[in-house]
Amino acid sequence: MIDCVENRLLTSRRSLLLGGASFAAWAYLPKFAHAADGRDPRLIVVILRGALDGLSTVAPIGDPDYAGLHGSIALTADGPHPAIMLDSFFALHPAMPEFARIYRDGHAAVIHAVATPYRDRSHFDGQDVLESGYAGPGRVQSGWLNRALEALPRGERVSSGLAVGPTTPLVLRGNAPTVGWAPVALPQADDDTAMRLVELYRHRDPALAMALSQGLQLDKLAAGDDMKATRGNAVAQMRQVARGAAKLMAADDGPRIAALAFDGWDTHANEGGPVGRLAFLLGGLDGALAEFESGLGNRWRDTVVVVATEFGRTARINGTDGTDHGTATVALLAGGAVKGGRVISDWPGLKLANLYEGRDLKPTTDLRSVIKGVLQDQFGLSDRVLAETVFPDSAAVKPVKGLVV
Amino acid sequence: MARDSQAALIALNRFGFGARGGASGDLINAASDPRGFVKAELARPNGVLLEAPGLQSTPQLGQAVFAYQDQVKQAREAAKAAAPAETPAQPPADQKPALRRNLSLNAAAEITGQMADAKPADAPVRPETMQPNAAPPAAKPAPQPLNVIQKTFRAEVLARLQRATLVDCGLTERLVVFWSNHFCISASKGELARIWAGAFEREAIRPHVLGRFADMLRAVEQHPAMLFFLDNQQSLGPDSRAGQNRKRGLNENLAREIMELHTLGVGGGYTQGDVTSLARIITGWTFAGRQGQLGVPGSFVFNVNAHQPGPQVLLGKTYEATGLAQGEAALADLARHPSTANFIATKFVRHFVADDPPPALVARLRDVFVRTDGDLKAMATTLVDSDEAWRAPLTKLRSPYDFLVASGRLLARVPDDPGVYLNSLNLLGQPLWSPPGPNGFPDTSAAWAAPEGIKLRLDIAAQIGARLGNNIDPLDLLEFAAADAASIETRRTIERAESRPQALALLLMSPEMQRR
Repeated sequence: MIDCVENRLLTSRRSLLLGGASFAAWAYLPKFAHAADGRDPRLIVVILRGALDGLSTVAPIGDPDYAGLHGSIALTADGPHPAIMLDSFFALHPAMPEFARIYRDGHAAVIHAVATPYRDRSHFDGQDVLESGYAGPGRVQSGWLNRALEALPRGERVSSGLAVGPTTPLVLRGNAPTVGWAPVALPQADDDTAMRLVELYRHRDPALAMALSQGLQLDKLAAGDDMKATRGNAVAQMRQVARGAAKLMAADDGPRIAALAFDGWDTHANEGGPVGRLAFLLGGLDGALAEFESGLGNRWRDTVVVVATEFGRTARINGTDGTDHGTATVALLAGGAVKGGRVISDWPGLKLANLYEGRDLKPTTDLRSVIKGVLQDQFGLSDRVLAETVFPDSAAVKPVKGLVV
Repeated sequence: MARDSQAALIALNRFGFGARGGASGDLINAASDPRGFVKAELARPNGVLLEAPGLQSTPQLGQAVFAYQDQVKQAREAAKAAAPAETPAQPPADQKPALRRNLSLNAAAEITGQMADAKPADAPVRPETMQPNAAPPAAKPAPQPLNVIQKTFRAEVLARLQRATLVDCGLTERLVVFWSNHFCISASKGELARIWAGAFEREAIRPHVLGRFADMLRAVEQHPAMLFFLDNQQSLGPDSRAGQNRKRGLNENLAREIMELHTLGVGGGYTQGDVTSLARIITGWTFAGRQGQLGVPGSFVFNVNAHQPGPQVLLGKTYEATGLAQGEAALADLARHPSTANFIATKFVRHFVADDPPPALVARLRDVFVRTDGDLKAMATTLVDSDEAWRAPLTKLRSPYDFLVASGRLLARVPDDPGVYLNSLNLLGQPLWSPPGPNGFPDTSAAWAAPEGIKLRLDIAAQIGARLGNNIDPLDLLEFAAADAASIETRRTIERAESRPQALALLLMSPEMQRR
């Protein structure tokens, strides 16, 4: 039942994690380096669970309605923590200098006002749609990345399957063989989960609320950490996972495709602006991208990292300086193979009339078209396979061309 | 489901191990007839017995330990002979070092092996884990093969866990846990205690959980595991032949705990003189050693040569010198003592209903106990029939064992390896069959609701969530666990979780899953 409990024993007085990587799982590809151009493409899919606030990650500073809607947490181009201008309209969150550098080098891109076909606001269903590749929610047993793997030409297995890690994300589940790996320090109950439970206990079970609150305090004292340091751990954790994954993928006989997930993006309260909760998480993601880059070494030039989330968040902040579940958001691409240095967006605008259901950034790009474009350019998958197998019933969703160098 | 989900929750959580997930329909069945659902198990007394392939009797297990200890000793001597100049030889890799054996006490003590393990065989160990920058793990280095004691312990634990996971309501299994804790031994006492821990429960507790208290009491106090745990096999009547020969005498340990913990309770009206009397009365209660001079090795025997001769006065009554029957008569009287009825009824209600047990309900159970001469099924039935047990709010906190079993049931995971349960129980302070003292594990919420304990539960719940959460629908599980008895706050908390793993962790930690 709880195989990973054993790992808990390593760190029974561990420090807390604000967010963290929940897993990294690999599919071992048949070896099929493109003989013609010598490319040996790699793809890393990073899933941000909890719904990333796209308007805080890549802020449409040029949109006259942005500052009013995002209120106390809006990014600005000036001040003590200025956002990083990506072009004259969009600005990147200041916690992401590495992504900014890769972007300036032409190897990172942003797709804005993007969404999966899912239009309701349940995390579970939204994540299912994001990962399954189906047009709507429903229980399926395989993910689009696994089905893409299955569609690849079969060759010699570069490595045999090994111990499976704690869990394989749906996106990579399916018939194609996968192996898993997890870093030593599996995520324990993170701060977000703990706070949700404290909140529940506060309403329903004051005795347990007190016990849990004290337990959390004890844990922090034992770890010798103040809050800043524990948040720092979340960043370190994301970097650690990326570093391990990159090292494995850099090997000649290593996996070519990976999927991993980072948790904690459900920022309903005290989301923070240029500094604060979301800033720490974005800093962790930024560090993870830098680890991929350095760890993959020469292979970075053949790599695409796709960062995606189940949906976005409300355009207008709520009463607790956070944002609630929304619709469109951003997707990020990074890697030596990315034809970047640009924000790709059919910007819908933030006027009330332009918001989806009067509250969310309206989706103008289907996330599937972005992923299809990457899969096609990286691995040569045909329109038909992409429209029938990888993303079933998606013929109308055309691959975005030219995302890969 | 509108029928009575709240009563179903009481039926399943207060009296049982919680609803099973999957297609069990437990909550619906319990809601349609809460009392009947609980009491159905009371009508199946044979269902309490636990038999599984490979589980052996106490004498067989004792003999396995003796053989194992011989083997270790021989290996050590062989190694010594082969390398006389070397430092002390190591035992074979797959065996624990033989610990010092005390051969000097008496025939019974000869067989007991070491008196206290340095460390329980299943104590937490640091697991091998992969380094973050290492290549994917090659097969883990083969763990040392388990010895017969460890293997037996794990097999016994697994059988118990599987039973608890699979039973309908779980009342009888909860009763087993209650009585096993009331009459606890500790596997940490030594190799014999560890190998016997499961057999003790199967042989001395289970057959009587729906039977008579006096029968359970006798079975427990004559079981080799209890005699070993509380040292009675060392106790010699000062005037017995063995006592005279060896210039050794009484050990009061078992006699004291029989009255203080097993029957009358502290303040139950006995004196130090009574303790000494009872200790004399049960001298000679022991088990046959490896040589088998007294009987089948590893079985209970009455060693008349160690028994204190003569009549004894206990609680004002004289027990004539009738050998084994002297002690059995004393136990029978202790079993029907009014203090015992009160002590047992109080503990019973505290376990099932509330830390501060309602006095009227305690009184009723005490009266049933007295009137039926300790019919434990009648006592359980009275409890289930009472209004108090259904009216009292669910304020008890599940023990770690309850929590883990309930989680496994809800997730419909029948354990096939006890390791994770054992590790989790060690972590949460309830190592299975290894309580800190002969008074067993505490049975109040305060004991288990310590801040660090709750935090650790959350960590374990989060790990279960990370491991299994992606494959389940947490709202389905909430339906199985509580349906419309779930609070709106719990439901919202689960609905709004940012991921299924988080939702599962929160569900497992919700008051609906933690309180009983």
